[in-house]
Amino acid sequence: MRDQKSFIFDTELRLVVLTGIKVCSLKELRAELPKVPGSSIFFHTHQEYLAHDFQRSAHYNDFARWVSQALREEALAEKLAAIDLLAFTTIRELRDAVIGTVDEYLGELDRPGYECRPEEAFHFCRSRSFVLPTGIVADDVDDFFRKVAAISHASLYFHFFEARLRLGRRTSDFSRWLTDRGRADLASAIDALNPYVRSLDELRRDIVRLGTGAPC
Amino acid sequence: MSTRLEDYRQIVGSEVIDELLMLADRVRHLRLQHINSTSVGGGVAEILTRMVPLLRDLGIDTTWDVIKGNQAFFGVTKAFHNALHGGEETITEEMFDVFRATTAMNLAELDTYGDVIVVHDPQPAGLISRKPDVGGHWLWRCHIDVSTPDPRVWGFLQDYVAQYDASIFSMPDFAQQLAIPQYMVPPSIDPLSDKNRDLPDDKVRAVVERYGVDPDRPILTQISRFDRLKDPLGVMRAYRMARRRHDCQLLLAGGGASDDPEGAEVLHEVREAAGNDPDIHVLELPPFSDLDINALVRGSTIVMQKSIKEGFGLTVTEALWKKKPVIGGAVGGIRLQLLNGVTGFLVHSPEGAANRAVELLGDPELRDAVGTAGHEHVKENFLTTRHIRDYLLLMLAMEHDDTDLSLLTGGTP
Repeated sequence: MRDQKSFIFDTELRLVVLTGIKVCSLKELRAELPKVPGSSIFFHTHQEYLAHDFQRSAHYNDFARWVSQALREEALAEKLAAIDLLAFTTIRELRDAVIGTVDEYLGELDRPGYECRPEEAFHFCRSRSFVLPTGIVADDVDDFFRKVAAISHASLYFHFFEARLRLGRRTSDFSRWLTDRGRADLASAIDALNPYVRSLDELRRDIVRLGTGAPC
Repeated sequence: MSTRLEDYRQIVGSEVIDELLMLADRVRHLRLQHINSTSVGGGVAEILTRMVPLLRDLGIDTTWDVIKGNQAFFGVTKAFHNALHGGEETITEEMFDVFRATTAMNLAELDTYGDVIVVHDPQPAGLISRKPDVGGHWLWRCHIDVSTPDPRVWGFLQDYVAQYDASIFSMPDFAQQLAIPQYMVPPSIDPLSDKNRDLPDDKVRAVVERYGVDPDRPILTQISRFDRLKDPLGVMRAYRMARRRHDCQLLLAGGGASDDPEGAEVLHEVREAAGNDPDIHVLELPPFSDLDINALVRGSTIVMQKSIKEGFGLTVTEALWKKKPVIGGAVGGIRLQLLNGVTGFLVHSPEGAANRAVELLGDPELRDAVGTAGHEHVKENFLTTRHIRDYLLLMLAMEHDDTDLSLLTGGTP
């Protein structure tokens, strides 16, 4: 969609890749966090947002959930869950934030950390993505908002969540294109929507409302 | 009854079917060949029987070949299977020789011609020796729980596996230390098969009554092989504890005990433990009872799968698809399926199972909520259509380097 007039809606399909790396304690997790691929950090902090609403736990990311369920380190789970994904536009920053949170907790821990049973180990995964055009194209701004209403979760996710890290900016493919079309006002309004506190259905609905002038 | 891809549109939605068609467009030039060790019986054959026609319907040139082997070979591979599963088996050098000899025979007799060749489980794994001659992309698909494999058997198998282009496992827990990529593809169920398709209420009721169970009173059910790892006696204990607080019947049904010495022994123990309680129904189902199993699950109030060890646990998937509240052991793939308190309940003991059973028996709204969430969970993650999508993506993956979206997530920044 770079500098072209039309917006081409893509979608992203994923295969989960197993890294074969597993950890059973906080110390082991800390040791692997700097070494695993960036795509693994992304996978474990983002996969839940693409899942069905009811699958979302209070922990929002895999690290927080595992620390709570397998290691019973509830305070750390809360801190990991509180990491504001919206604040980062690179995986490096996100990885550093996770490591920093674990380091701080380990520094204050005045007892030996718990080691979980092998069957409760944390397995590092990553995803292998395939970006494909959906065949849906918007010719102008009005058409864009009509088409957004009908795109899939996967397409929305690609253009909204992943765009931030791809573009390295706190924006989305949608906002970038709208700015190019002279609608910086709509672009700013969309950038102000926090995708991490909405379901994908809600996000899509709110984007459409912005375009049609209805209140969010 | 042969089903067509379009039959799934109303179940999974147009978005999913259109996505499959879009993906198929990109890999239609590739021939896909599946190879396994049996055309009937067992989970792999069941999945391929349903999936191969659908792949063809998508325009993918798909074939399915089966290796040959004598009784000695399958005796050996059964022992390998158990050993890979973490069971205690005596493995001798002669057994490895039998495996090598049968592999050599199949290498001479079986034609490998796919552009993408998916070899299922250990039995045909040795066919990889053909790769240097015929080329193509070779994938080894492991359906077994290899989380704690016998090192000797895994070491033997690993020499073959390492020659593949990639491997596929059902769960993260089964990942190994391998130099080749390891993809995760969970198994699936077919919503239109006899075991899962919708049934009218009167048919369900008739089947339940035919087996002597009262359809008007609550029914706790476990459908499983009579195997100690499925803990049927633990289920019975849970039923007896729950029974003190809520009226219910217990249905334990499974097949295959007649040709499995251990299964017959467990069945005997279960029948003895049941005593003369008229509300405990222990059924040994004959092969090809899929419609009856479907009806028995649909007629149940709660489904249990209180396994002590489990691979993926497709019986859980099947029950969730039927919107049944499921109480399952917190092991293996059951943990992926039962998001505790949301799509089902995970338990660690007969007492835990009894507590959850009592809670569910007394709360129809909770049963509905959990059953509905479970159905959605399966719809999104564990149906044939998702399985097919993963195979199409794997075909795409074989043709392209793993560099896509590298600007987004690849490498260690």
